[in-house]
Amino acid sequence: MKQNGKAVYDAKSRQMAEQMILAEKRQLARQSEEDCDCKDGMFPSQPTPSRRGLLFAAGSVVGVIGAASIARAEPRKAPPGATFYDVAEDPTKEQGRPVAGDGGYGTRSQFETEVRVRYPTPNENTSWSFTPLSAMLGNTTPSGLHFERHHAGIPTIDPARHNLLIHGMVKNPLTFSVADIKRMPSVTRKHFIECSGNGLTEWNKPTLKTVQATHGLLSTSEWTGVQFSTFARETGLSDGAAWVLAEGADAAVMTRSIPLEKMLKDALIVYGQNGEAIRPEQGYPLRLLLPGYEGNTHIKWLRRLQVSDKPFMTREETSKYTDLLGNGKARMFSLDMDAKSVITFPSGDMKLPGPGFYNIGGLAWSGRGRIQSVDVSTDAGKTWYPARLESTPEPMCTVRFSFPWMWDGKVAVLQSRCMDETGYVQPTLKQLIAIRGDNGPFGSVYHLNAIQSWAINEAGEVSNVHA
Amino acid sequence: MSMLRTIFSCMIGLCVSTGVNAQSIVDHFGFGKTPAPQDMAKYFAIPPSGAGLPPGSGTGKAGADIFAENCAACHGDKLQGNPAVGLGGDRLIGGRGSLASKTPIKTVESYWPYSTTLFDYVKRAMPFNAPGSLTDDQVYSLVAYILSEAKIVKPTDVMNADTLPKVVMPNRDGFIPDSRPELELYR
Repeated sequence: MKQNGKAVYDAKSRQMAEQMILAEKRQLARQSEEDCDCKDGMFPSQPTPSRRGLLFAAGSVVGVIGAASIARAEPRKAPPGATFYDVAEDPTKEQGRPVAGDGGYGTRSQFETEVRVRYPTPNENTSWSFTPLSAMLGNTTPSGLHFERHHAGIPTIDPARHNLLIHGMVKNPLTFSVADIKRMPSVTRKHFIECSGNGLTEWNKPTLKTVQATHGLLSTSEWTGVQFSTFARETGLSDGAAWVLAEGADAAVMTRSIPLEKMLKDALIVYGQNGEAIRPEQGYPLRLLLPGYEGNTHIKWLRRLQVSDKPFMTREETSKYTDLLGNGKARMFSLDMDAKSVITFPSGDMKLPGPGFYNIGGLAWSGRGRIQSVDVSTDAGKTWYPARLESTPEPMCTVRFSFPWMWDGKVAVLQSRCMDETGYVQPTLKQLIAIRGDNGPFGSVYHLNAIQSWAINEAGEVSNVHA
Repeated sequence: MSMLRTIFSCMIGLCVSTGVNAQSIVDHFGFGKTPAPQDMAKYFAIPPSGAGLPPGSGTGKAGADIFAENCAACHGDKLQGNPAVGLGGDRLIGGRGSLASKTPIKTVESYWPYSTTLFDYVKRAMPFNAPGSLTDDQVYSLVAYILSEAKIVKPTDVMNADTLPKVVMPNRDGFIPDSRPELELYR
C-alpha cells in the first residue's frame, strides 16, 4: 500500500483521485470566496447575502470549472432544482406568488445551493456522485440529492413499455407490467443504500476534505413497492432454486446474482421513493431494493429476475465488487454493509468560529439490523461518551445522533463509533487492515467502514485525518 | 377473481357468513402474462457451466481486427487500457502473480475467474458506444482474442459453446466466500 511513505495507486486510480482532490478544492474555493469566517452550513440562521453568487452551483466537474471562471456574472440564475424569484425588500408589504404558479410542482428555495458532486472518473457515463451529507437534515435524503452510481448513464424509460419478467426455476414464468405491479399489495419502508465503494480514497491516507466526498455514497429514502415473496407466490419456485439474477434495462444491462434467501426475506421491487415515483437516476420505473446490501446489487431499471440454482458469476460479482485481501485471495458476494457512523457536523473543511457550545451531529447505520448505540469521542478515541439518538432506530436505516460539546479552543479529534443490534462494533482503520491486509487502495477498495476522525486545530479549522 | 366474486356476492345481498370467508382469501392475483418464447429470445445470462451460450464460434486470429475496430480506442492497442477523459477503458491483460503484492493489477488475465463472464459481458454491454451490437461470432472472436493475448488460449483455438466453458482462467481458485462478519469486531 505504501512505498517510501507514498501511496501507490495504479495510473487510472491515481489520476481519478487527483482530479477529485482538485475538483473538491475548486468547489471549496468558490464557496469560501462568498462565505464569512464561519463556513457555509455552520450557522444556517445567519444571513447569507453573499450566497447569491453561488446560485449557479453545478454538480459536474465541468460545471464547477465553468462556474469558477464565469464568477458572479449571473445573479438571476437559480441553483439546480430551484427557480429564481425576485426577493421583496419586505415580504409583508407586497403580494407573494400566485398559488400553483409553479405549474403544480414545487421547487426548493433559490437560497439552497447544495448539489451532488460527481467523482471525476474519465467517463461521465460510468461514474458516481456524492450526497452532500453535511447539509442533510433528518434521516431522509431528498430524492434529488440521492447519491448516484451508474455503469452506462441514466436511461429514459417509458413505464408503459417497461415490464418485469420473472422466469427460470419457477413453476409459472410471468411478465408483469408496471401497472400490474402497482395493483399488488405493497409495503413502505425506510432504508439506506450505501455504495460499497464509499470512502475508497481513504484507505491509505486522508485524501478528500469533506464528508460529502469521504462518505457521500450513502442516502436514505422511504421506498414503496412489492415484496419479492409476493411475486414468488404468483410464479411458484422450483425445487433447488437458490439464487436470483437481477437485470437492469440500462446500456450496461447490469446484472447481479442474489441469494434466494435474501430475496424471500426482505427484497422489494420498488416504484416509489419518498412519496412519489422513484427518480430516473434511482431506477425509474422499477428498482430492486435489498435492505442492507451493497448498493450495486439494488438493480435499477429492473426488467428481469431469473431464478437459478447457482450464481451466474457476472462481471459485477467477479471482476468488480470483490474484495482482494492481502494474501491475494478475494472475497466474493460480500453483500452486507457493515455498521458505520460518521460525524457530519462539524466535519471536514468547516471552521468553528470560536470556543463555545457545539452540538456534534452525525449519522449511523448498519446493513445487519438496527443501530443499538453510538459513542462520540473528542480526544481521538481515548474517551468515549454515549451520544443521543435523535430518532427511533429502524432496521437497515440511518439514525441521526448528536452529542453536546463545549469546545475549549484547544486541539481536538472528533470520532463516532456505533454498535448495531447484532453486537458488531464499528472498527478502527487499523483493525480493518489487520484483518484484510494492507493492499487497500487498489486491493480491497470496498467496504471501508472504519471510524472517521476529524481534527480541529486551535483556529477551529476542521480537517480529515487518520488518528 | 375470487375476491371480486365475494365482493360482488356481498353487494347483491347474498353474503350471509360472518368472519373470514374462504373465498375471500386470494390465492393468485390473476395478472401478469405468460411470456411468449419470442419475447424471451433477447434475454441471456451465461453462468460458468456455459448454459445458454449461443451457436457460433471465433478465434483470436479473427478477433484481432474486430478488437482494433471496436475496442482498441478505449482498451488500447495492446489491451493496456486507456484512462483518457471520455474513455476510461480497463486494462485487459497482464498482472499475473501481482494479486498478493503491494501493487495488485486486476485484469481479465490476472483476476477474472471465469471465461464465460467475458462472453456474457462483451455480448451484454460492449462496445461502450454501441452496446449489444456485435454478432455472436464477433463476440466469440473477441473473447478468443483477449484470452489469446493473455496467453490463456492459442490464437488458433476455436471458442464456441463447447470449448469456452472449458477454458481454465489463471485466477480460477482465487476467490473465497465472504468471511464477514469479522468476529473480532463483536463485543
